Amino acid sequence: MIEWRDEAFVLAARPHGETAAVVQLLTREHGRHAGLLPGGQGTRQRPVLQPGNGVAAYWRARLADHLGTLTLELTDAHAARFLADPARLDALSSASAIAEAALPEREAQPGAYEGFAALLAALRASAWAESYVQWEVLMLRALGFGLDLAQCAAGGDNNQLAYVSPRTGRAVSLAAGEPYKERLLPLPGFLIGRGGGGPLEVAQGLRLTAHFLEKHVFHPQDRPLPAARGRLARRFEQQPSEGSEHNGL
Amino acid sequence: MAPSEIDRLIQQLARLPGLGPRSARRTALYLLQRREQSLLPLAEALSRAAERIRPCHVCGNLDDSDPCRICRDRERDLSALCVVEEVGDLWALERSGAFKGHYHVLGGCLSALDGRGPEQLNLDSLWQRARDPAVKEIVLALSATVDGQTTAHYLAERLAGLPVQVTRLGQGVPVGGDLDYLDDGTLLAAFSARRPA
Repeated sequence: MIEWRDEAFVLAARPHGETAAVVQLLTREHGRHAGLLPGGQGTRQRPVLQPGNGVAAYWRARLADHLGTLTLELTDAHAARFLADPARLDALSSASAIAEAALPEREAQPGAYEGFAALLAALRASAWAESYVQWEVLMLRALGFGLDLAQCAAGGDNNQLAYVSPRTGRAVSLAAGEPYKERLLPLPGFLIGRGGGGPLEVAQGLRLTAHFLEKHVFHPQDRPLPAARGRLARRFEQQPSEGSEHNGL
Repeated sequence: MAPSEIDRLIQQLARLPGLGPRSARRTALYLLQRREQSLLPLAEALSRAAERIRPCHVCGNLDDSDPCRICRDRERDLSALCVVEEVGDLWALERSGAFKGHYHVLGGCLSALDGRGPEQLNLDSLWQRARDPAVKEIVLALSATVDGQTTAHYLAERLAGLPVQVTRLGQGVPVGGDLDYLDDGTLLAAFSARRPA
């Protein structure tokens, strides 16, 4: 019998048969890992299986490539904290769906686990939206599609980075990008430590990461971005420009 | 070889919730041995249900008349509309006797993971019903889950411009529930929703 115990976050749970559920977890040491949870559709387990909840997981299977059986114990009910907040709830749903779709299965991704934990902590703070964008940038990096935001791809001034090439994911300076600015993606300042964020920058950041998530993760799977991700982006697109109280969303 | 009629019956029964192949065999045997008392009345009830029971075009409830009995009931409160996910939720509320208004069954809830969007839900008729001047309150009676509450927020935002009060069910300690045994999520929700004693 093969078995392990690990800390994990619930990413998704789908009904299996009449009473069980197949649960997708993001574990600290075993990456994204699925398992069968007997009784997963029951009233005792359903509150545990909300996306984003922290659990202590015990997995066992006869062979390593079997789906295996899970036992879960709730350690932190993150989802319940955000049920009353539509924007944060969209962020939580979006992050869970992206992690479930993007991360390779059974491949240790400690960075992705820590990033998800940091995102859940950040969702309780005021500048959570900027943290969400930064989490998506981190996810792209963890998947091998990291953006290069350190220097200008066109040899321009690295202190004036203002755009990102939609083709290469590399930053472009204001002057070098000027002739092509219609085709480049705006680079929000908070992603390079040069801006305070705000709804406009968050909207720019969400457009930036959406482009690369679609290009590298969702289009190859012939899937659209999760609906919650679209709703989250629309919330910031509809916000008045900088200076507004976006954190109260 | 084609399955016998008994096999066919067992296979059909085994597809029902709560029944596996073993219990389906027992059920089939029970029915076949009680032809007059159980099998024929059941067959007739199933046949009539298949023939007559349809979703109500107004609210989405299942009934043998369209509009359903609840939609036709003139004694019910026309000013209150309760939005539920599934017909089972409507039945649960009816059993409780807590609500005397009309219902609207969505047929599910938004789900990021399953790719279920607004277009898959019974929403067009909800927008129409919400514009009825007689409707004064819309109660969102949706699950206290991430998907259920995401749907509730979506509906509340879409209904915000209309002259109706949009409310939702409270969340907290269940009747007969010991705090010691409650999950953390329920306790968190109960604390957030505390009220003056």
